[in-house]
Amino acid sequence: MIKIATRTAYGQTLAKLGEENPNIVVLDADLSKSTKTADFAKKFPERFFNAGIAEANLMGMAAGLAASGKVPFASTFAVFATGRAFEQVRNSIAYPKLNVKVAATHAGITVGEDGGSHQSVEDVSLMRSLPNLTVIVPADAVETEKAVRAAAEHQGPVYIRLGRLDLPVILPEDYEFKLGKAVALREGWDAAVFANGIMLALALEAAEALAREGIEVAVVNVSTVKPLDTATVAEVARQAGAVVTAEEHSIIGGLGSAIAEALVENCPVPMERVGLKDTFGESGSPWELMEKYGLTVGGIVDAVRRVYQRKAQG
Amino acid sequence: MNQTKLEELASRALSMRRMIIEMLAASKSGHPGGSLSAVEIVATLYFAAMQVDPANPHQPDRDRFVLSKGHAAPVLYSALAEKGFFPREELLTLRKTGSHLQGHPDMKKTPGVDMSTGSLGQGISAAVGMALAGKLDKKDYRVYALLGDGECEEGMVWEAAMAASHYKLDNLTTFLDYNGLQIDGPVQEVMNPTPLDQKFQAFGWEVIQIDGHNFQEIWDALEKARGTKGKPTMIIARTVKGKGVSFMENQAGWHGNAPNAEQAAQALAELGGGK
Repeated sequence: MIKIATRTAYGQTLAKLGEENPNIVVLDADLSKSTKTADFAKKFPERFFNAGIAEANLMGMAAGLAASGKVPFASTFAVFATGRAFEQVRNSIAYPKLNVKVAATHAGITVGEDGGSHQSVEDVSLMRSLPNLTVIVPADAVETEKAVRAAAEHQGPVYIRLGRLDLPVILPEDYEFKLGKAVALREGWDAAVFANGIMLALALEAAEALAREGIEVAVVNVSTVKPLDTATVAEVARQAGAVVTAEEHSIIGGLGSAIAEALVENCPVPMERVGLKDTFGESGSPWELMEKYGLTVGGIVDAVRRVYQRKAQG
Repeated sequence: MNQTKLEELASRALSMRRMIIEMLAASKSGHPGGSLSAVEIVATLYFAAMQVDPANPHQPDRDRFVLSKGHAAPVLYSALAEKGFFPREELLTLRKTGSHLQGHPDMKKTPGVDMSTGSLGQGISAAVGMALAGKLDKKDYRVYALLGDGECEEGMVWEAAMAASHYKLDNLTTFLDYNGLQIDGPVQEVMNPTPLDQKFQAFGWEVIQIDGHNFQEIWDALEKARGTKGKPTMIIARTVKGKGVSFMENQAGWHGNAPNAEQAAQALAELGGGK
């Protein structure tokens, strides 16, 4: 099976988009080989701007370019894009609703060996709290290409969360991605799993495993965390009556929180959140870390069993 | 600059100073000191240097101005109203609920504001991005920014300064409103950012030092900046915080306090020129 990282798909898509849209410019902060913006830089050197190791100015320059009619993609690691430069994203991009696409790579603990200092577990939480900002967490290379294209066409600021790790492609080439739309990939009446990013593939595997036990689980890809597709989320939750969320992110403020907020107002059902339990990551190989922090098929299966039981107990 | 133009600028500046006092008295909050210190700079930009069209504020070839020291919003609003971007009466809605004149400049709400600013250090960085776009599009427009001296304590200013000279942005001209005071006191006592001339020179900028209340010196510096190729220009303008109102001059306390009705009346009487 071909494996490809979402950051790689981002770089390839950006290089293609550069040909299609002359207004696209790309900025990076000395990480273009890692974020894969180097693909674009090689093809369109005059439209690529290295900010050097200066993330605040990276975002500020992107804002100024957007204010002058450009469509800037600004890339660095998620920790720096959303943490170091948080207030620049807030005040220079989100507040004036400028057309900047913050495409951050190396999100989550699958950064691996670099350790907790470089593993962003709070970026979705931070970005989701900013008005005007759209937040997307693509699951694989296929969805990344579609999400990056949709972001380029969308008028307004977008945050795209990308990963370092090579991943299997799980979505079909003709997968229909629509900004702001959650997509049910599997039907089920016993429980529902809402997942995104790397956890979507694990959620689908968990549903397979549970089906063998006779528990039918719906799996929904919530790649747009904001604006959340509350209608679809509530409808699936109502049908399933029990919900699990799965994300490679802190359970505070990310997908799990977004779903909980939507359900508590629209359709409260037994719910559990699979994610990092209010902890930083550490050094290690990506899949060992996923195991250690419970971001596994088994982790999702167990959570589904528990919410399914709570539902049965009424 | 001929005598007629100098007289026009002096009259614009007086009108702007009066507006600053009037709008701050009406809003009962805001920043007079750093607004009054920058009046001659902003007046020269809007009434002598910049190509802008109040009827078409988003015209793509226009010159841009970024008020990086965004708390001096009143000086920008006074210039925009004087120029005709919006009616002068609206100045009295400053900082009030529903007004398009926010406490700090908001490009989404106010016609003529080219960048939302207020969080210090961020404006100059956006100005660098605008100048990059101008170069990329091979446009002739110029980008102007106004920094505060206290603002130069922000690390981001130096990130932007590095990038502006790295990308040889000779279409970017920045003023530094060197009034010497910040909220907690003299800049040299709070956190000394000097020597600012040598610092910007070391960062690759052309540096010009002038009296920031002298129109001819401001104009000559702008001319020199226009003729400077391959690097951005920093015009360090020596100014007086609170300039024009005796009891506000060189007083850090007037950084962020609006005059009451009595103080405003006194300030307007001192300024003169009222109808």
